[in-house]
Parts: sequence; structure tokens; C-alpha cells
Amino acid sequence: MLATEADVLEAAERWRREGRGVALATVLETWGSAPRPVGSHLVVDAEGNFLGSVSGGCVEGAVVSEAAEVIASGAPRTLEFGVADETAWRVGLSCGGRIRVYVEAVE
Amino acid sequence: MRLELLAALNAERVARRACILVTEMESGAQRLVRAAEIAADPLGPALAAALQSRKSAMAGEGAARAFLTVEVPDLRMLIVGAVHISQALAPMARLAGYDVTILDPRTAFATPERFPGVPLLTDWPDEVLPAFGLDPYTAFVALTHDPKIDDPAIQAALAADCFYVGALGSGRTHDKRLARLAAAGIGQDRLARIHGPIGLDIGAASPPEIAVAILAEVIAARHHSVFAGAGQTEAAQ
Repeated sequence: MLATEADVLEAAERWRREGRGVALATVLETWGSAPRPVGSHLVVDAEGNFLGSVSGGCVEGAVVSEAAEVIASGAPRTLEFGVADETAWRVGLSCGGRIRVYVEAVE
Repeated sequence: MRLELLAALNAERVARRACILVTEMESGAQRLVRAAEIAADPLGPALAAALQSRKSAMAGEGAARAFLTVEVPDLRMLIVGAVHISQALAPMARLAGYDVTILDPRTAFATPERFPGVPLLTDWPDEVLPAFGLDPYTAFVALTHDPKIDDPAIQAALAADCFYVGALGSGRTHDKRLARLAAAGIGQDRLARIHGPIGLDIGAASPPEIAVAILAEVIAARHHSVFAGAGQTEAAQ
């Protein structure tokens, strides 16, 4: 089964209670044909395990690596992805959309 | 996000109560606003609009600019009748995002072998539905053909304002059902909410086809009527 938003938020709480470093990513805004709606969540732990989706797979890798830094620093950050990015071939959205993602640590 | 805030958010979800997590983008400050607390919040009107739309969104300007994570209860489907159609409908509805439960006091039908992984309630509707907690975020589907089982469950679903109430049976069967329910004191406005004969008219014949017709009608009800604030959507004939 696909992970639901409830599964993701439940996992975020449970992973943190288990003592894992945890970051929560949330889709803040989308433009064009972004694959996941505003409010979609991805939870990431310090080991890079993750659950949920913010883009249907296009930029999850980049979000997971940014999440490691957010977990380490505790400071939230906002990421933006889209075809206009110079990194488009690596982490762009093949659908031509753009998304902004908020990444925060659970503390 | 503080763990306590996340835990409070999850507790509201489990209790099937709507709430909004407000994240101020400039300061990073966060607060959880329950439905009853919206009017007193500085972003009150924006929160009320977000809750109505069921969609997370940005709101406010300048220093007050904030992201609203809107949490509304997950959708459920209660299927009364552990019949052939239910065997097709349960997995389809789960794929479409519904938490599915099956109710049938006939334990020969409601078996884990026939419904792997689906929660089964095997008591009579009057006994088990108060604890189940039908609500406006629940789709209700009656499929037993047996008035002793279907009728009390339909009455409970109407009283709970389930966003979809459908009942299996031909036009003639449905007319008889409406007459029984009217005699039991259910008003015409409520009776008009029952989708019967159940399902969109796609010429469905086999149990899986009927399950598709029912699920499509549930999805239409979700998007076109209650949650969008529009009137009841009739089956496309």
C-alpha cells in the first residue's frame, strides 16, 4: 500500500520517540503540473530512511540529503525545485512544474 | 517542529477531529489551532477558509505569512454486507484512499478468508455502529438485500450525515425500502440522500463492475457535493 499522510506523520512521531534524528518535509507551494499536492509530507531520519513523497520521486533524493543537514543543525530551510534550476537534469521535475518544500527537524 | 506539537496533531487525527498547524515562515514559530479555536486566532478567516477547502495553503502577508497544514479526518467506507460485491469493492476503495470496514452479522459471510486484511464487524448494526462512530467523513454502502440488516444501518448513516449513503437493490426494491424508512419516521429530505439503485449507470453487471460503479459514485459525492458545498450529485444516468 502507498503511505498515507497519516502514516507519514505517525512515523515522524514514532521515529523521534525511538531516539532517531527526524526531519519533516512539506510541500509549501506548487506551480504548473507538480505531481504532489501542497501539504504533502515526506519524513526522513538521520540514516536517510524515508516515508512519503513530495514529488512522486523526482526530487526526493535531494530532499533527503538536505534533511540530513537540517537534522544536524536544527534550522529549518525552504528548498525550491523546478525545470529552471541549473540542476534540472539531476533533480528537476520532468513534468515541467516547480515546487517549494519546507524541511524542518522534529525536536 | 516540537515533538509535543506533532503528537498533539496526531492525537487530533486519531480522534477524527479537524485542526490546522500554522507555521510562520519568517520566525518558524508554530501553533496548532483546533476547529473550535479558529475564530479567536489572528489568522481566523484564512483558517476557516482553509478548513472549508480541506487544502493546505499559504496565508497572510509579511511577517504573518504562514503555511497552513490542514488536517481533516481520513475518509472511511463502511460496507454493510460481506457479499461478492464487497469482495471487489473493499480492495478498490482501499486503493482509492478509504479506510474500509465491513459489517455483517452473518459470520458465514464475514470471514477473514474472504476479506483478507479488512476489519470485520460481526454484530448487528444497532450494537456495533455507536462505537464505530459514523460521521460526515464516512461513505456508507448497504449491500445485504436484507432489511433487518440494511435498514437500521441506513438510518444510522443518515442520522450521522455520512457524505455518501447508498443501498443496493432494484428500483422496485428501493421504493419498498423508502416506504419502510418513511414509515419508521425518516423525513423525505433525508430519504432523498440515499443513492438507490446504487452506483453510477455504467451498465455494470458483474460484482466487480458494480463495485466500480459504486466507488465512482462515492468519489463523485466526495468531490461534487458535501465537501465542495454544492448540492447532492445525482447519479449520471
